[in-house]
Amino acid sequence: MRPLTYSRAADVQDAIALATANQASAFLAGGTTEVDLIRAGISHSEHLVDINELPLRGVEDLPDGGLHIGALARMSDVARTPSVVERYPAISRALLLGASEQLRNMASLGGNLRQRTRCAYLRDGVSPCNKRELGSGCAALDGFNRGHAILGTSEHCIATHPSDVAVALVAFDAVIRTVGPDGERAIPFDDFFLLPGDTPQLEHPIALGELIVGIDVPGAPIGRGSVYLKFRDRQSYEFALVSVAAAIEVDDNLVTGVRIAMGGVGTKPWRARRAEAALVGRPANETSFRQAAAAELAEAVVREHNAFKVELAQRAMVRGLVHSLNRSQS
Amino acid sequence: MSAVGTPVTRVDGPAKVTGAAKYSAEIGLPGMTYLAVVGATIASGRVTAIDAEAARAAEGVLAVLTPEDLPKIAAEPHLLPSLVGGPAPGESFFPMQDDVVQYAGQPVALVVAEEYEQAQHAASLVRISYQPTKSITTIDEGRDQAYEAERLFGGLMPARSERGDVEAGLAAADVRVEVAYKMAANHHNPIEAPSTVATWDGGNLTLYESTQGIRATQQTVALLLGLPIARVRVITRFVGGGFGAKAMVWPNVTLTAMASRYVGRPVKLMLTRPQMFTSNGHREEQEQRIAIGATRDGQLTAIRHEKLSITSPFDDWAEPATGVSSQLYGCENYLGIHRLIKGNTMTPTFTRGPGESLGVFTLETAMDELASHLAIDPVELRLRNHTPVDPFGHPWSSDGLVECLRLGAERFGWSDRNPAPRTTRDGEWLIGTGVAAAAYPIAFFMPPQRARARIFADGSAIVQTSTQEFGTGVLTMATQVGADALGVALRDMEFQAGDSDLPNSTAAVGSAGAGMVSSAVHAAGTALREQLIALAVGDEQSALHGAAPASVKVADGHLTSAERPGAVDTYRELLSRNHMSDAEALGTWRPPPLDTPHGLLTFGAQFAEVAVDPELGLVRVRRLNGAFAPGRVLNPLLAHSQLMGGMLWGMSQALLEGNHMDPRYGRWAETNLAEYLVPVNADAPEVRVDFVDVDDELVGPLGAKGVGEIGQVGVAAAIANAVFHATGRRIRSLPMAPELVMDPAADGQ
Ligand SMILES: Cc1cc2nc3c(=O)[nH]c(=O)nc-3n(C[C@H](O)[C@H](O)[C@H](O)COP(=O)(O)OP(=O)(O)OC[C@H]3O[C@@H](n4cnc5c(N)ncnc54)[C@H](O)[C@@H]3O)c2cc1C
Ligand code: SF4
Repeated sequence: MRPLTYSRAADVQDAIALATANQASAFLAGGTTEVDLIRAGISHSEHLVDINELPLRGVEDLPDGGLHIGALARMSDVARTPSVVERYPAISRALLLGASEQLRNMASLGGNLRQRTRCAYLRDGVSPCNKRELGSGCAALDGFNRGHAILGTSEHCIATHPSDVAVALVAFDAVIRTVGPDGERAIPFDDFFLLPGDTPQLEHPIALGELIVGIDVPGAPIGRGSVYLKFRDRQSYEFALVSVAAAIEVDDNLVTGVRIAMGGVGTKPWRARRAEAALVGRPANETSFRQAAAAELAEAVVREHNAFKVELAQRAMVRGLVHSLNRSQS
Repeated sequence: MSAVGTPVTRVDGPAKVTGAAKYSAEIGLPGMTYLAVVGATIASGRVTAIDAEAARAAEGVLAVLTPEDLPKIAAEPHLLPSLVGGPAPGESFFPMQDDVVQYAGQPVALVVAEEYEQAQHAASLVRISYQPTKSITTIDEGRDQAYEAERLFGGLMPARSERGDVEAGLAAADVRVEVAYKMAANHHNPIEAPSTVATWDGGNLTLYESTQGIRATQQTVALLLGLPIARVRVITRFVGGGFGAKAMVWPNVTLTAMASRYVGRPVKLMLTRPQMFTSNGHREEQEQRIAIGATRDGQLTAIRHEKLSITSPFDDWAEPATGVSSQLYGCENYLGIHRLIKGNTMTPTFTRGPGESLGVFTLETAMDELASHLAIDPVELRLRNHTPVDPFGHPWSSDGLVECLRLGAERFGWSDRNPAPRTTRDGEWLIGTGVAAAAYPIAFFMPPQRARARIFADGSAIVQTSTQEFGTGVLTMATQVGADALGVALRDMEFQAGDSDLPNSTAAVGSAGAGMVSSAVHAAGTALREQLIALAVGDEQSALHGAAPASVKVADGHLTSAERPGAVDTYRELLSRNHMSDAEALGTWRPPPLDTPHGLLTFGAQFAEVAVDPELGLVRVRRLNGAFAPGRVLNPLLAHSQLMGGMLWGMSQALLEGNHMDPRYGRWAETNLAEYLVPVNADAPEVRVDFVDVDDELVGPLGAKGVGEIGQVGVAAAIANAVFHATGRRIRSLPMAPELVMDPAADGQ
């Protein structure tokens, strides 16, 4: 491992000051991503600012019935917080289906949102990879791309965003709260994750030293019937081949409200807005679900080993909608 | 009372769970330094330049070694399975002798530093320039260069086996089944990464090594370094799993010794997880085809079984895949062929259930297809083709296949099954069941096995041989065998291993470990007992003086004779009366000759129940039942855990494990345990293990045939057959990933 320097921040301003003082700094929360990436030679940080003593671990009620989740709240704690389980079961499930219990006990929500793609070509340190070395090419395009994205891709990068909880959060229009050298910001969830386009090296609109302090999840009664389903080769400790967060509201068998987001298929946590638009006002049955899913996947761009995801994603979305329909009716 | 056959818990359990058990990577020596290996990033070509300036300048670095700094090896390595008992290099190649790169990950430079992290960091600073040449790393790339191998396993075995006229047999058949499978490469990943500590004392080398064969390590390193064997000592206290990855001796061991000699200090090497994918062999990517013919009532008339696989540039290595398919069933016409492609990978190696596990997969899925064609129950079809003799007409040393099939079927509830596929549902899941026969060859390639038994004046005893504990429970099993053979209580016996200075036993591979070690230990314990009995009956002060030696029994250190009711002598009294502080004996077991007139297979039967989500392609194994006839079960707890572990591995082979080569770069796509999938606890179903008793007088004095491999064999086939029963579809590649299992889209996309 590369030689590193390390300091421990006493408060938010201290964290920002320590991080901005060194161009190659990174915050250290649970370290489950950052330390891996340093060892693999992918992260170039030379100075770690440990933020674990900052008081950002709580989950609190918001006036609109929503929740504020502190950036340093641990995945395992958030997953078992009663208000999360009741109001947004999809968030709780997404957390519990991620990583392993040991990792979840260490891993923070803030760090989760900034985890990097699992693309093996990025991580091997030698293959062409525009994220690692802009202009070197993308080895995944014609490589082993079974795990790669089919939505939101570009010819420069097709890496999947790996987070589970981000999929559930994007479905509920969460907002990321940051404090940086230029003050406080509220970044809508969907804007926090950048599409690769021709700048795949840029992943978040976030400045050096800008600290995520928490996540606001707006109040949404629809969330109470939400589900998160994750499909993968083995039953635990694996990233999704396809996952789906879904919540549906029905009146007189017509869809009045719906939230759908997908993981494992997009270069960012994928809010399925086309599918949502196609569903509202339609009968809540498998036929409409299937049509909505087809609408969302119509623009999928596939590669040699991930073409199956087009069909799998549609079936998963239908499955998610059926499960959330059953849940909202029971 | 006999200790053998009882469920004694692991004698090393407390040491392992408290951390007192020391693994090679935990050995601390004064002045220890750390080695990091720099692996080639190309698969074929030359190293044109090595810029080590930054690495040499990095903190803590003692040396950066390139081929220029490294001495030449004293002899060319020649691959030979470690079971044979001689030097056992994993490949007929040694890196860093010149600038040639033969496979990605091949060592091209070494860094030694004061600390592990310093060595790793400096290794990342070494800049290597290459001139790549075109590589072949997949079957598809090399298909047109395939050739039929003459011999396999370093020349040990013929690559073709043939009897009768297979084409005529197929032509004469009422029904034929012909199928082909693709099988992805597998990488064994014991949790303990291979690690070595090397230290020199003058001309003497000591290695602390994570190996399945300490004597193989000793001989290989001595050969390559040009040292007398007696100058090399290998110590292996505990090994954190092997599964074949540590069955052969790979270059990193000798490189560590070389580095230690260079810096003049002890050197420790711990391979990284990614390096485990390029340092200790793998199960090769392969394709198998089988054609079987049968009469209408299910009698086999012909089997043609072919394997095509990729090997290294320097060895004709293929896991032999036809040893079971050529013998398991009575069939007059047989042809088994291995074809190879030379590619730029390291030489593949043993991986649990070597060769036969995929050979049996192919045979047993084809048998299932035959059963459905003929509308014969799959268990019944196998029973009909059972043979009491091997292809030479020799009877099995012991059998048990029929009993395993029957017992397994009964315990599993096989008869409740609706034979029609895709008929049972449970919500979103389709349910299916499948069966496969299992068999694994017993090979007697090993030299005589020896052990030493010693008893002290206080009645405590040890028995020793140079094997090693790598998780199988050999320390426990051998303690039981030693106690019984000598006639002492379990608490008075300690088994010692893990040091090449101890009497010879061969590498624990191919399910041979338990058989070899137990036979040697039994011989030693028996020799010492006989020596002490002779002493007693010749001792005028003994209550047994003059009794016939054969009449004397010993239990818990007490000697009695049916000829002298009530008379008792004890080892303690005997030794002290004779002014002996101890007594010792060497015992030797000679394996039967290779041409013994016996068929040699261990038999079993595997049953699986799966649930398949046909929309999403998910397969969940709900139940695995195995019935096995491994001869004498030396310790049912240990045997159960070996077999259960093997069965779960078989599930892994069916559903999860597979690595993919990126032919553009010649590098493996999956090089960590997040990407290279093995089952987690959540995947593990209910596993049931049953035993069928068979007596085997040939395989050794205790009649133990071994449980290391047989548990793994046949499981993947039983699962694949169950997936067919659930879905009505046959999946033609391994692992059976969701994209293969999911029902095709309605529009055929
Ligand atoms: C083997 C493995 C399997 C996994 N499986 C899953 C899975 O199935 N699903 C899933 O969703 N995730 C999975 N993960 C990812 C895991 O959830 C993340 O590693 C974890 O959430 C990161 O949190 P952390 O606190 O450890 O972050 P760290 O490693 O400490 O930080 C990660 C990054 O975020 C930055 N950062 C951290 N906190 C802040 C902050 N407050 N403000 C600004 N920047 C910050 C750091 O500088 C760093 O760049 C897996 C990880 C591993 C290692
Ligand atoms: S998909 Fe993205 S991360 Fe992966 S190799 Fe291509 S550019 Fe790099």
